[in-house]
Amino acid sequence: MSALDKRRSGDNQPSGVALAGDYWRPDGRPDPLSEKGRIGIGAPLSRVDGVEKVTGGARFAGEFTFEGMVYAALVYSTIANGRILTIDRQEAESMNGVVRVMTHENAPRLNLPPVFLMSPNGAAGDDHPIMQNDRVHWNGQPVALVLAETQEQADAAAERIHVDYQAEPAMTDFELAKTQARQPDNVLGGPAEITIGDADKAFEMAAHRVDAIYRTPRHNHNAIEPHALTLAWVKEDGSEKESERDGETLRIHDASQCVDLAVASLAEVFGIDAARIHITSPFVGGGFGGKTLWQHQILAAAAAKLVGRPVRLALSRKGVYRVVGGRTCTEQRVALGADADGRLKALIHSGVVAMTRHNNLPEPFFQATKCLYAADHIRLSIDVADMHMLANTFMRAPGESVGTFALESALDELAEQLGMDPLELRARNEPEQDPTNGLAFSSRHLLEAARAGAERFGWAKRPIQPGSQREDEWQIGMGCATATYPYMRMPGAAARITLTGEGATVDIAAHEMGMGTATVQTQIAAARLGLPVERIQFRYGDSKLAGRVLAGGSQQTAAIGGAVIAAHRALVIELLALLGENSPLAGLTPDDVECRDGGLCSSVDASRFETYEQILARAGRRELSVETDAADSAELANWSMHSFGTIFCEVGVSDVTAEIRVRRLLGSFDCGRILNAKTAASQFRGGMIMGLGLALMEETLFDPRSGRVMNPSLADYHVPVQMDVPEIDVMWTDIPDPHTPMGAHGIGEIGITGVGAAVANAVYNACGKRVRELPVTLDKLL
Amino acid sequence: MKAFDYHQAVDSEQAVAQAVRVSGAEDMAKYLGGGTNLVDLMRETVERPDALIDVTALSHAIDETPEGGLLIGAATTNAELAGDIRVRTRYPMLSRAILTGASAQIRNMATVGGNLLQRTRCAYFYDMATHCNKREPGAGCDAHEGFHRYHAILGTSSSCMATHPSDMAVALAALEARIHLRGPDGDRQLPLTELHREPGERPDIETELRPQELIVAIELPRLPMAARSGYRKVRDRASYAFALVSVASMVALDGGTIQDVRLALGGVGTKPWRAYRAEEALRGQPATEATLVTAVDAELAAAKTLPDNAFKVELARRTMIAELSRRIADARSGGDA
Ligand SMILES: Cc1cc2nc3c(=O)[nH]c(=O)nc-3n(C[C@H](O)[C@H](O)[C@H](O)COP(=O)(O)OP(=O)(O)OC[C@H]3O[C@@H](n4cnc5c(N)ncnc54)[C@H](O)[C@@H]3O)c2cc1C
Ligand code: SF4
Repeated sequence: MSALDKRRSGDNQPSGVALAGDYWRPDGRPDPLSEKGRIGIGAPLSRVDGVEKVTGGARFAGEFTFEGMVYAALVYSTIANGRILTIDRQEAESMNGVVRVMTHENAPRLNLPPVFLMSPNGAAGDDHPIMQNDRVHWNGQPVALVLAETQEQADAAAERIHVDYQAEPAMTDFELAKTQARQPDNVLGGPAEITIGDADKAFEMAAHRVDAIYRTPRHNHNAIEPHALTLAWVKEDGSEKESERDGETLRIHDASQCVDLAVASLAEVFGIDAARIHITSPFVGGGFGGKTLWQHQILAAAAAKLVGRPVRLALSRKGVYRVVGGRTCTEQRVALGADADGRLKALIHSGVVAMTRHNNLPEPFFQATKCLYAADHIRLSIDVADMHMLANTFMRAPGESVGTFALESALDELAEQLGMDPLELRARNEPEQDPTNGLAFSSRHLLEAARAGAERFGWAKRPIQPGSQREDEWQIGMGCATATYPYMRMPGAAARITLTGEGATVDIAAHEMGMGTATVQTQIAAARLGLPVERIQFRYGDSKLAGRVLAGGSQQTAAIGGAVIAAHRALVIELLALLGENSPLAGLTPDDVECRDGGLCSSVDASRFETYEQILARAGRRELSVETDAADSAELANWSMHSFGTIFCEVGVSDVTAEIRVRRLLGSFDCGRILNAKTAASQFRGGMIMGLGLALMEETLFDPRSGRVMNPSLADYHVPVQMDVPEIDVMWTDIPDPHTPMGAHGIGEIGITGVGAAVANAVYNACGKRVRELPVTLDKLL
Repeated sequence: MKAFDYHQAVDSEQAVAQAVRVSGAEDMAKYLGGGTNLVDLMRETVERPDALIDVTALSHAIDETPEGGLLIGAATTNAELAGDIRVRTRYPMLSRAILTGASAQIRNMATVGGNLLQRTRCAYFYDMATHCNKREPGAGCDAHEGFHRYHAILGTSSSCMATHPSDMAVALAALEARIHLRGPDGDRQLPLTELHREPGERPDIETELRPQELIVAIELPRLPMAARSGYRKVRDRASYAFALVSVASMVALDGGTIQDVRLALGGVGTKPWRAYRAEEALRGQPATEATLVTAVDAELAAAKTLPDNAFKVELARRTMIAELSRRIADARSGGDA
C-alpha cells in the first residue's frame, strides 16, 4: 500500500509532523521532530554537495573572477610594536605588472572595525585601525598591499618593499606578561570569577588533594582552505566604471562563517549602508572559528576602492598565521579537594591566558568546569596577560578544549590518589543540577554515555598499575576524560520558506563549512514539510538571505532549526488562510494540522488532507513565501544546557624512544538527537582527530623575544597525519533534549574536548609519567 | 621570488657548461633537482639564484658496478631509489631511510642529488626577518636562545648548530657511499662523509663542492653485511616529520665478537653523522650490553646541548643501543633486519 493509499484508507493514525511545540518553555511540548523513529531524521544521508566537491565543481572564494581583476599580496611587519618610519614602494611600483602599492600613506580612510563580542556588529578580530597610521601592533601586521596583474607579479613586488621601523619595547614574553596579569571585565559576557562557598579553605581541609599547574600552548588555525576572497565595487547596474563611485555595492566572494555579521562590520568600516554590501560564501574549506573578519578582507576592499578594480586576495599559509588569530596559551591551576569517598569538597580552576588590549576573548578555559562536577565549594577565575601579538580568537571549542585538559587530568590524578577507577570518581561527582548557576539540566545523560562507552571500549581491562602492560618495547595504557560543550542558540536567526507546487526552498544566511549543514537541513526541512528530500532546496551562505546566523559555538543547527520552526508555523498559518470553504481542511487551526505526503492533513482525521499543490492552485497562487524570526532563546534562561561525552583512549609508549602511538580512540556522546548518523560521525571523528593534534603535537612557536611565529607552515606546525590516527569509534545516546529544536544539540566542537586529557591520562597509565604541559611530546617522557 | 633564467640540461657536460656560462662575479647559477627544497627557499628569498640549470633529465640509471656495488644516477628520484629491488635487498637501510622521509609526493619529485644538498630546516634560516649566521655570516644566530629543539648536538659550533636534515644521507654515510662529481676542472670523487662540512666559523659553506660542481652519481660499494642493516627514525609524529634522532646501523659478528659495524646518526649532527668513535669502540669487542653502552657514550661524550635539545643525548643513546642490540640479535639468528 502506498503512503497515499494508507492515508486514504483512514485506518491508521496520521504520522505527519505537527507544528513544533513551545519546547523553550518550562512546560512546553517538545519539537515533534525530536521523536525517535521519525522518518528521515537521523538517516545517514550522504552529503548533498558531495559529488560537486569531489569532482571539483564546487567553487571556493578564491576561484571566482571579475573582469579586470587584480591580485593582491601583503607585506607583513617584522616588529611587534613601534612605528613605520619609511616605506619605500618605488621599486615595487616600477615592477612589471604592478598596479599600485597601498600603505598607510595612501589607503582610503576607514573607520575602526567593530570587534567580535565587543560590539553588536562585531565580526572583526581586533579594533586596531587598519593601515590608517604608522603604528605597528604585532609582528606580522600587514603594512603594505601590492596590487598587480598576476599573483606572481604581486608576490615578487611585495618582496621589494623596504620598510624601516622604529621599534618600541614590546610585551612578547608570556612569562613576563603574566606578572602583570589583570582580571578582564568579562569572559564571554559572564563574570571572570565565580565563587561558591570558600573553596580555598575547603581545599586546605580536604582529606585528599591534588593541586597542579597545567599549560597549553598557542595554536593556529590551519583550515585546509587558506583564507581567500574575490571582490569588486560594482555599480548597481552592473558596470564597474571608475567614475562616480557613490552608489556602488561591495560584492564579495568570501570564505566566511558569518556572512551577515561581516556585512554589518564592513558597513561600519566603510561607512556605508549594509544593504550596499553583499557577501556570498557557498563553500568554505573549514572554519573552526577562524573564518570571520580579519584585516585581509578589509584591506582587499580598500585596495579595490583605491584603484577602482576588482581584487583577489588569497592568503598564503604563512599569511594566515600572520593575519588570522588563533588559540592563545593558557596556564591553569586546578586544585581538587575530596573526601575519602572521592566526593569533591573544593574545586578550584584558575589561571592566566594571553590576550591583547584590542580584543576581548580571554580563552574561557573554565567553561567546562562550570557544569561538570558537583563540589561544595567552587572558585573559578581567569586573568589575562596583555601582549603585543595578533589578537587571539575562537578555535574549535575555545575554553573547553584546553580547559578539559587541565580539569580532566587533575581528576585522573585524584582518582590515582584515591585508588579509585577514574570513571567511578566522575560518577560520584555527577551533579543533580548545574553546580554554578543552579539550573536544572535540560538533558544530561553523561553517565549512560560513559557506561556504554566503557563497555564497548573494554575499559574494565585497563591496567590498574601504570606501566604494567606491554607488548615488546611498547608500554600500553588506557585513559579517559569527560567531554562537554554547551548548547547555544544565538539571537538573530530567521528563515524564509518558499513553497511551490513542486517543492520548497528554505533560505537562511547560514553556512556550510564542510560540516554537513546543507545536507542535514535539507533532511530536516523535508521531514518538517512532509516532502521528499529531492524536493527541498536549502540555500545558505549569502548575506542577502534571511537572518543572522553564526556558524560558531556549535549553534548553527539549533539556530537554523529554531528559525525554520517559526517559519514553518507562519507558512502553515498562511496556507490555512488560503483554503476555500470547499477544502477538506476548512476550519482547522494551525494546531490541528500536520505536514505529510506533500500537503497538510488533520492530525486526527487522515481523510482531511490536501496537497500543497492543490491548496496553491485553488487559491490561484504559484508560490507562497514567508520569512520569520526565530523565537527568543528562552530555553537558555530556564535550563543548563550542555552536551556531554566520554573519551576513551589507548596508547602505546615506547620504553626506548618514548614515542607515543595512539592505538584506539572512542568517543561516546550525549548530544541530544542525532540528525544524520553519517555527517555526525564525521564531525565527532574530525573533532577527535583535532584533539589528537592538541594532545600530541600542535604548538605555535611564538618567539618570546620578537613576538614572531616561527613555524608558520604545515611542514613545521604539526597536525596529525593519517598514520597518527587510529580507527576511531564513535557512539551516541541519541536521547532527544525536549527543550531544543529537533531535540538536537550542536556537535561540531565537543569532539575535540576531553581528548587532550584522555591521551595524557593514557600515557600516564602506560608509563607512569604525568605530563601537565601540552603537547605531550616524547622529550617530556624521557 | 627573484626572477631567474631557466635552462634544461640533457647531460652532465652540458649542465656544467651552462652553469659556467651563466655564472659570473655577480651572477649565480644553481642546479635544480626536484625543486622541493630549492624552490621553497627561493620563495622565502633565502636562495636568490640568477639562473637554474634543470638537471632532472640526467641519468636515472641504477647500474651494477664491476666491484659488486651500485652506481646511482644523481637524477634518480628518491622514490625510484627506495623502490629498487637491489637496494631493498642489499642495502635495506637506504630504502628505509628514504621511505621514512618527507611524503610520497615529495619523494616522487626529489632527486638523489638534491636530497644530499638539501639545506637545514632551522626556522630562523628560513625567515629573513631574523638573524642567521648561515644566511649571513656574522649576523648572529637567533636559534641559540630561541627555538632549537630540532637542532644538532654533534659537530656544532658557537656560530651554528643547525641539523643536516637528510635521512638518505645518514644511510649513505653508514654505507660508505662515494659521490661522483663533475666540474669545470674535471671529474673527481669524494666519500659521502667528506661531502658535508661542520659549520665552524663559516656555517654558510656547507659542502666541499667547488663552484659549479655537479653531483653526477652516487656509488654504493659492495657491502654484504648491509643486507642486514636497518634504519630507525624517531620523530614527533608517525610520518611526515624530520628526525629528532635517527640511527642507521649494521653489525657483523664473529662468534660472540663484533667483527665489523657501521653506525650513523641523523637528527643530531650538523652533517650526516658517521659514529666513528662508537664504531671504533665496538669493533673486535664482545657483543654485550656493556660494550654497547661504552661505545655509545664514547660517541655522545662530545655532545653539546642547549635547553631544548638536551633530550637528544638520552634519546640517541637509547635508540643506538636498541638498534645495535637488534642488529646483533639478527646477526646471531641469521635472520633479516
Ligand atoms: C615538507 C617536507 C618534509 C620533508 N621531510 C623530510 C624528511 O623527513 N627527511 C628527509 O630526508 N627529507 C625531507 N624533506 C626534504 C626532501 O627530502 C628534500 O627536499 C629533497 O630530497 C630535495 O631533493 P630535490 O631534488 O627536490 O632538490 P632541489 O630542491 O631541487 O635541490 C636541493 C639542492 O640541491 C642542489 N642540487 C640538486 N641536484 C644537484 C646535483 N645533481 N648536483 C649538485 N647540486 C644539486 C640544488 O641546487 C639545491 O641547492 C622534506 C621536504 C619537505 C618539503
Ligand atoms: S642554527 Fe644555524 S641556521 Fe639556525 S639560525 Fe643559527 S646560524 Fe642560522
